[in-house]
Amino acid sequence: MTAKTTVKSGSFLSGLLRHQIVIPLAAILLLTLFNLIADPSFFRIKLGMTNAGNPVLTGNLITILDSGSELAILAIGMTLVTAASGGQDISVGAAIAISGSVILRILCGPPGAYSGELQAPIFVAFLAACAVSMIFGAFNGSLVAFFRIQPMVATLILFTAGRSIAAWINNNKLPIISDDRFSYYGGYLPGVPIPTPFFIAVICFVITWAILKFTNLGLYVQSVGINEKTSRLNGLNPELIKFATYVLLGLCVAVSGFIKVSRVSTLNYSVIAKDIEMDAILAVALGGNALSGGKFSMSASVLGAYVLQYLTTTLYKFHVKPESLSAYKAVVVILLVILSAPAVREKLSSLVKKLHSPASSAGQSA
Amino acid sequence: MSNTALQGRGKPQLRLRNMTDTNLLTMITIIVFVVMYLFAVIVLKKGFLKPQMLLNILNENAALIILSCGMSLVMITGGIDISVGGVTALVCTACAVYLDKQGGNVPMAILLAVGIGLAFGLVQGYLVAYLEIQPFIVTLAGMFFARGMTTIINTDPFNVAHPGFVALKGTRITVPFLGSYNKHGNYISAYIEIGVIVALLAAAVLFLVLKWTKTGRSFYAVGGNRQSALMLGVNVRRTVFLSHLFCGLLAGIGGFVYFMHVGSCAPSHASGAEMNAIASSIIGGTMLTGGVGNIIGTFFGVVSLALIQQIVSSVGLDQAWWTGITVAAMLCVFLVVQSVIISRRKKANLTAAAENTR
Repeated sequence: MTAKTTVKSGSFLSGLLRHQIVIPLAAILLLTLFNLIADPSFFRIKLGMTNAGNPVLTGNLITILDSGSELAILAIGMTLVTAASGGQDISVGAAIAISGSVILRILCGPPGAYSGELQAPIFVAFLAACAVSMIFGAFNGSLVAFFRIQPMVATLILFTAGRSIAAWINNNKLPIISDDRFSYYGGYLPGVPIPTPFFIAVICFVITWAILKFTNLGLYVQSVGINEKTSRLNGLNPELIKFATYVLLGLCVAVSGFIKVSRVSTLNYSVIAKDIEMDAILAVALGGNALSGGKFSMSASVLGAYVLQYLTTTLYKFHVKPESLSAYKAVVVILLVILSAPAVREKLSSLVKKLHSPASSAGQSA
Repeated sequence: MSNTALQGRGKPQLRLRNMTDTNLLTMITIIVFVVMYLFAVIVLKKGFLKPQMLLNILNENAALIILSCGMSLVMITGGIDISVGGVTALVCTACAVYLDKQGGNVPMAILLAVGIGLAFGLVQGYLVAYLEIQPFIVTLAGMFFARGMTTIINTDPFNVAHPGFVALKGTRITVPFLGSYNKHGNYISAYIEIGVIVALLAAAVLFLVLKWTKTGRSFYAVGGNRQSALMLGVNVRRTVFLSHLFCGLLAGIGGFVYFMHVGSCAPSHASGAEMNAIASSIIGGTMLTGGVGNIIGTFFGVVSLALIQQIVSSVGLDQAWWTGITVAAMLCVFLVVQSVIISRRKKANLTAAAENTR
């Protein structure tokens, strides 16, 4: 009987190990262990008060949930794009600059005319940013889907032009919005101690999850990513589905751009969301999704995004310079990727089997 | 069947069809460059006719030519390397610190640069070829690592004062017969920097290797179709590994050439160089899908990119954002044209094949 249970637990374990969500989960576990050993106070959460008298929660965990949100939202869109087109959109950082610029332009009116009063409701600015980002998403999508250009190359165009366009929209001016209502979206709603970006990320995740659950979009995206020809033979329209994923990513870009601008009430065209495209792609890869398309797991990607933020916050905690952060990040990423590489996995599992088989045979003989 | 082939030999239209994708795309790039240059000479005039103008483009972009050559090589094999910009910055900082703060000498600095490049190529090549990890992720981590190491070594930008290096940096090679006369009638000789020689040499060697060696042809074979390359007996893994190794080596050399051009170190050096290299390769007719590309095309890709920036600024669109927008527009046009041409050729080939079998 004992032998049976060991076999069962073994198959359960290997089943779990085969599921891709194990990669971000293992990373979280490792990081948590590391933090617990190094400094348990990392996990302390305090309830504080802002100057205005609103309760806010502070602590490293809250920081992770807060600042990982934009990345998580982007990871949602990036997962779909990766799954459908087998490539990545490297223009999201530049597109965030554009959507942020649009928001500023709508809220502050023509360049140089801003006097401290919002020229339009925030909602209108948000919708405009969504529309513009979706148009740029559609541009990327049509290059990929209809002209069959490699996604990375097609989005290289917007990557090159994006920040220039963002500067052009506002004539290189950087108005600072001094309205409290605007900063709610990147900070705290009055009376709510949890940062708003986290709520926005959760809402985005739930909506996408529901769409994937109750429509066939997820299935279609996967089948297009796995084999375009067969999905066409089965009556799908691969071009349209690829195109749609890029437009969806545009929407995600608008939302995270909105949060980004709201955080600082202004934006710097050349610095805002710099290298976020790399982080978003990393999040997708950390989620165990194949970057060549096909099967995907949305929740694993979102977890991957938070893992990245977790790593960043941990490193900050140990007084790593913000500029040198990327070196440590690279080491961790390489380790994770090596461990999850199929070749290494095969070797590891054969090693485990070798270790396992003498033990189990010994158990049987006993 | 042989009849149609004989008939086709005389007609230029069919000869165009018989060209390989590589040659066709390279030809388009060269034609575009020539047309752009003629436009600049005829319409803008401002000094575009002076040979020094072209030589300056080379002086400014020598490092980019080397980086793009490596990038093309990896792209022909079907991969990508986005760590080259980071490696360039790392080489600059490492060499600068070595020369100025640790009293090193120039030959050792060159070795250091090449060593850094080779180390990156070695590790990335191993991870991509033998552990089969996606090249994008591996080299992305490589880029992060290089950029991070750059700031760990040194964050404050400074100009290198090492006398031997300054002499090397200031060396200018006069090009005979290409000088021009200024307003006062004095002869100004045209010059190039040492980096240009290195770049041209690297490009020439790589061109010859790609064209006429077994290893060079296997890069195309692996990029075109990995499965058939394997069946033809090409060592696919070794080829992929070599492509990354060469790219790393060229990134190291390119890094030193960049260092010779700017003569300083800063963590922000060569930011976006990897994307410029990719863009140049694409404009030069290299396709990211692999199997198509040419070093001559890449060379013209780099100079076309530089020329269009020059043209934009002399037309009067001097706000910083116009450069980004025009480069992107050019990239867009090239990509769409390439995509349309390739897909039309595929269709034409298919119908031709169908007719032949009939």
